[in-house]
Amino acid sequence: MNAKKEHKPVDRRKFIQNGMRLTLGASLVGVTGLASLKLSANDYVWQLDPFKCVYCGRCADYCVLTPSAVKCVHAYDLCGYCDLCGGYLKPDANALSTAAENQLCPTAAIKRKFVEDPYFEYEIEEDLCIGCAKCVEGCSSFGNGSLHLQVRHDLCVNCNECSIARVCPADAFERVPVSSPYKIKGDFQAENNNPDPA
Amino acid sequence: MNRLSKIFFTLSAIILSIPAWAQQRFPKPEFETGYVQPATSQTSPRLLFLEYLDVFVLMAALAVATWFVVKKRSRRGVMWTSVFSLLYFGFYREGCICSIGAIQNITLAIFDPAYVLPLTALLFFLLPLVVSLFYGRTFCAGVCPLGAIQDLVAFRPIELPKWLQKVLGMIPYLYLGLAILYAATRSEFLICRYDPFVGFFRFDADFQMLLLGGLFLLVGIFVARPYCRFFCPYGVLLGWMSTFSKKHMQITPSNCIQCKLCANSCPFGAIEKPVEEEGNRRTNVQRLMTYLFFIPLWIGIGGLAGSALHVPLAKFNKTVYLAEQLVVHPEFKQDPDHLDARAFMQSGKSMDTLVEEAKAIRSQFYWGGWLLGGFMGLVVGLTLVKLASHRNRKDYEPDKTNCLSCGRCMDYCPVKN
Repeated sequence: MNAKKEHKPVDRRKFIQNGMRLTLGASLVGVTGLASLKLSANDYVWQLDPFKCVYCGRCADYCVLTPSAVKCVHAYDLCGYCDLCGGYLKPDANALSTAAENQLCPTAAIKRKFVEDPYFEYEIEEDLCIGCAKCVEGCSSFGNGSLHLQVRHDLCVNCNECSIARVCPADAFERVPVSSPYKIKGDFQAENNNPDPA
Repeated sequence: MNRLSKIFFTLSAIILSIPAWAQQRFPKPEFETGYVQPATSQTSPRLLFLEYLDVFVLMAALAVATWFVVKKRSRRGVMWTSVFSLLYFGFYREGCICSIGAIQNITLAIFDPAYVLPLTALLFFLLPLVVSLFYGRTFCAGVCPLGAIQDLVAFRPIELPKWLQKVLGMIPYLYLGLAILYAATRSEFLICRYDPFVGFFRFDADFQMLLLGGLFLLVGIFVARPYCRFFCPYGVLLGWMSTFSKKHMQITPSNCIQCKLCANSCPFGAIEKPVEEEGNRRTNVQRLMTYLFFIPLWIGIGGLAGSALHVPLAKFNKTVYLAEQLVVHPEFKQDPDHLDARAFMQSGKSMDTLVEEAKAIRSQFYWGGWLLGGFMGLVVGLTLVKLASHRNRKDYEPDKTNCLSCGRCMDYCPVKN
C-alpha cells in the first residue's frame, strides 16, 4: 500500500500484524470491561412468576423438552381443600367424584384424596403433568389459586434463552439467581411483604 | 329501582371480591384428624460448582487441543479431544451454554440494564477468543461440540469453487450482525433458536429443527463443516483473532517440498497455494487503491439498505408484532383465542403505551439497521480488497482466517523433522 516501504515487506507485515493483534486484544478488553459492569459470580436459571401467568397453555407446547419442564405445583398453605375443586373437576362435571370424565386434567395427573369430611387433598403427580395449566386456570378462576406453574429445575436444561419465555404472552418468565430458583406462591408472596393470610 | 339494584349488585360484587384478593376465597380448614400437610417439593437446579467445573473443562480442553495442534502436531490427538468435547459439551451438557451463544449474553449485558451477566457466560465467550489470538482457532478444532459432530461426518469432502466459498463466507458476518441486533434490541437469541445440532444433543427437538440439523449433517458429508464455515457467527470473531495470531499451526515442521498433499487433504479449502504476483506491480497497486476507495461507498449502500429494512426486521420482535397486529386488526382484542391479544387486554396496558413501546423498538431497529448494513458494506468492500490484493507466497500455507486447525494437513505432510 505504501510504495516507499516496499523494500521491507516483511517488517511492514509484522508491524501490521502486531498492531492488529494489540487492537484486537484491546477491543476484547474493552468489550469485557463493558460487559463486566453487570457481572455476577452467581448463575441464573429460568423461572416464571405465577402472579403474572395467564394460564395460556403455551408452557406445555414450547419447551424444548417433551413433556415440558414446566409443571404444576401445589401450595398447600393456600388450598381450601374444597370438595368442589375448580382445578380438579370440569365446570360441567356430573358428580363430585374421581371418575375420569369429571376430571379437568387431560392426563389425570391430580390425585384427589379424602382427608376428613368435607375436605379433600389434591396432589400433583409430576411424571404425568404436562404443564398445560388447565387446572391452574380452574383453580385461579374459582378457587384460591393454590395450583400454579413452576419450572422444575431437575428437568429444565436451562437454555440460554428459554423458548417458552420467547412466546409467553404475559412476560412471566425471568432469569432468577440459582440460589433462589423458585417462585412458589406463599413463600414468594411473603418476600413481597404481603404476608400469607393462611 | 332496577338501575339502583344493578349498581348495588356491582358495588357489592367489587367489595366482596376485595377480601377474596387479600384473603382466600376458601380459607384453609382446621383439621381435626391430625392431617399433616405435605410440603411443596422444590427440586434444586444444577450446582453452581458444576457450572464452574464446565469452565474448567473448557480451559482444559482448550489447553489440550492447542497443545496437540501447535506443539505435538497430532491429528489423532485433536480428533480425540474433539470427541471428548462432543460427549461432554454436547451430549452431557446438552449444548448449553456454548461460546457461540455467549455472544448474545455479552450483547445483552451491554444493552439491557436489567440483565445480569453470569461470570461463566463471560468466560465461555472470552477464553476461546484469547486462545485464538495467540494460537489460532484451536477451539474450532478440538473444543466446539458443533464443530466436532460435523467433523466426524465429513467422509467425502469436495472442493467448492473459490467464488462460492467467498460468497457463502459472507453469511456468517450477516448472521453475527443479526444476532447482535436481535440481542441488543432484547428481541430474541437468534443463534440459540436456530442452533441446528442442539436437538441431537438433547435427543429432542421440533421436527423442523431436526430436519435442519439432519440436512446440515447430510450436506456435511460432502461439504465439510458447513455450519462452521458458512454460518457460525462466533467463527467470524475467532477468524479475526486467528488472522493476527501470534503463533499458528504450521503445515510442515521444517521446509515445504511443494508436494501439494496438504492442499488436497484440507476439506475446508483453507490452504493457500504458492503464488507469484501477476501483471504490472503499479496497476495492481492502483487497482487495490480503487477498491479501498470504494469501501465508504459500500458502507453507505449497506447502511441505506439495512435501515430501509428496519420495518420487516422489527417484525420479529414480540412487542412490535403484537402492536402491528392490533393496529391492523382491532377485532383481535375481543378474540378469546388470540392468546397474545387476550394477555395484553388482561394486563391493563393501554393501546397507546403498546404503540409507543413498539415505536421505540422500531427506532432501535432503524439505527441498528444502519450499523448492520454499514458493517455488511464494510465486509463486502474488504472481501473485494482481499480478492484484488496479491501476496507472494513461496510455500503452501494455512489461510489463518479460515483454517480450523484440525491438523489433517500436518498428518498428510510427508516432511518429518
